Amino acid sequence: MSAYDHVIAARANDRPTSVDYITRIFGDSFFELHGDRRFADDKAVIGGIAELKGKPVTVIGLEKGRNLKERMSRNFGSAHPEGYRKALRLMKQAEKFRRPVICFVDTSGAYCGIGAEERGQGQAIAENLMEMMTLKTPVLSIFIGEGGSGGALALAVADEVWMLENAIYSVISPEGCASILWKDPGKTAEASECLKLTAQDLFKLGVIERIIREPKDIESRLFDSLKNLIAETFERKSSISPEKLIEMRYNRFRKF
Amino acid sequence: MPDFFNFLKPKNELENQGGFAENHPYIPEELWIKCPVCKNAVLSSDLMDNHKVCPKCNYHFRIAARQRIEMTADEGSFEEMDADMSSTNKIGFPDYEKKLRSAKISSGENESVITGTAEICGEKTVIAVMNSQFMMGSMGTVTGEKITKAFEYATANSLPVIIFTVSGGARMQEGILSLMQMAKTSGAAKLHSDAGLLYITVLTDPTTGGVTASFAMEGDIILSEPRALIGFAGPRVIEQTIRQKLPKDFQSAEFLLEKGFIDAVVQRKDMKKTLAKLIRLHKTETKEEVRSE
Ligand SMILES: [Zn+2]
Repeated sequence: MSAYDHVIAARANDRPTSVDYITRIFGDSFFELHGDRRFADDKAVIGGIAELKGKPVTVIGLEKGRNLKERMSRNFGSAHPEGYRKALRLMKQAEKFRRPVICFVDTSGAYCGIGAEERGQGQAIAENLMEMMTLKTPVLSIFIGEGGSGGALALAVADEVWMLENAIYSVISPEGCASILWKDPGKTAEASECLKLTAQDLFKLGVIERIIREPKDIESRLFDSLKNLIAETFERKSSISPEKLIEMRYNRFRKF
Repeated sequence: MPDFFNFLKPKNELENQGGFAENHPYIPEELWIKCPVCKNAVLSSDLMDNHKVCPKCNYHFRIAARQRIEMTADEGSFEEMDADMSSTNKIGFPDYEKKLRSAKISSGENESVITGTAEICGEKTVIAVMNSQFMMGSMGTVTGEKITKAFEYATANSLPVIIFTVSGGARMQEGILSLMQMAKTSGAAKLHSDAGLLYITVLTDPTTGGVTASFAMEGDIILSEPRALIGFAGPRVIEQTIRQKLPKDFQSAEFLLEKGFIDAVVQRKDMKKTLAKLIRLHKTETKEEVRSE
């Protein structure tokens, strides 16, 4: 598979979204929490509390929507500042109640628009980066589809970052890169290659800890094995002191 | 599709898309300079005497990082850190070495940021100044590393940090490693903040993309030069996304002040004394004295 094949697969409309992961992994235990307490409830971000093998966790996901109607209401997974602020509110809450945080990332990027700028898109993302770095509870981010730049990173200053085999994570969309560098959107495939945005490339660069294989019949085994993996990881992290956890997280990013 | 990387230029330079720093309104050697905003011809020496601000319309010309340091630091007080650090092509991006070479030549610098320590009206501080002449101030690994080291030095030595930002955003030739700099610098800023130390950012024209979405917006106090363009997405990207024209002065420093995202718009001539005043107001001697008693 070429890098561009991965880009296409990561964006495919029939790919499971955060809601699918949440439903299949946490079932009825998931209780959704809404709003940033400052401006609005951004539907591009879904968040709440759930039970994982008997233990409470905070779950946050960037949600693209599963059909056109949903996609419209969820702004295709492109969050506004209030979405990032909702996510931060839930992370702080997780810290308070000492439960781990799991983030599902799937976005082409933070939204670019008048309201987003007026309400401080840059400031909202910056605050998440800063606050997540010293969050006193384990954070795990799983890239399930697209990981578009700062809008994805705002949910990925984590102790571990995993990627689905066909997910992508990039500083810029390959289309944007091709049109800026070569003034030729036709060179998207070439740009995809150059940007090193596949799970394989990012694993080699040390940007992610784990690649999650996608079985042919993605529904069948993926969610169960992922559930076990997440539970094991949180179990392992639970014995680490908050100070040590923060030090390790800082060094995780310090090395780049 | 929203793109995080922004490649910004003032409107008068839009024709020069893709070029990096060639056509910016830096002050050339000629006797008369045409102001790009009011179009008046200004005597070059008058401009220099006026902190490179147009005496007719108050347009703040972009200035190189070294000149900024000269204007801000007490004479002879600046000591540069990590001056020799320079970028390599870590992900093998096409033509990146060539771009780096030409950026070094056109800017006379090794990277898009200069860091060090300085005194400002006698107040010791760590200072970092970004340089738009180096690949439009884009943030590469070395940019992030120098800023991170500056924060770590300040934290270890209980010093404030002042950063002058100017940036088109992340540096796409470094791919994901450029994005990681946002997390790295933010982490260093957070540890500095948790140590109870002062961080002031001064946003200059233009500050966008990954720099806006990280350390530029993380200051305890955020200042800006008049009319600087400040945003997450660049105006062209927004116009393409929403398919309409943006209102005049959208994303200007004054606009951000009104929306509550910066503390003050400060004239260039007043910047040095403003910074010195703010540092003095945060001096910790009194606190230390109380503690030791
Ligand atoms: Zn003028």
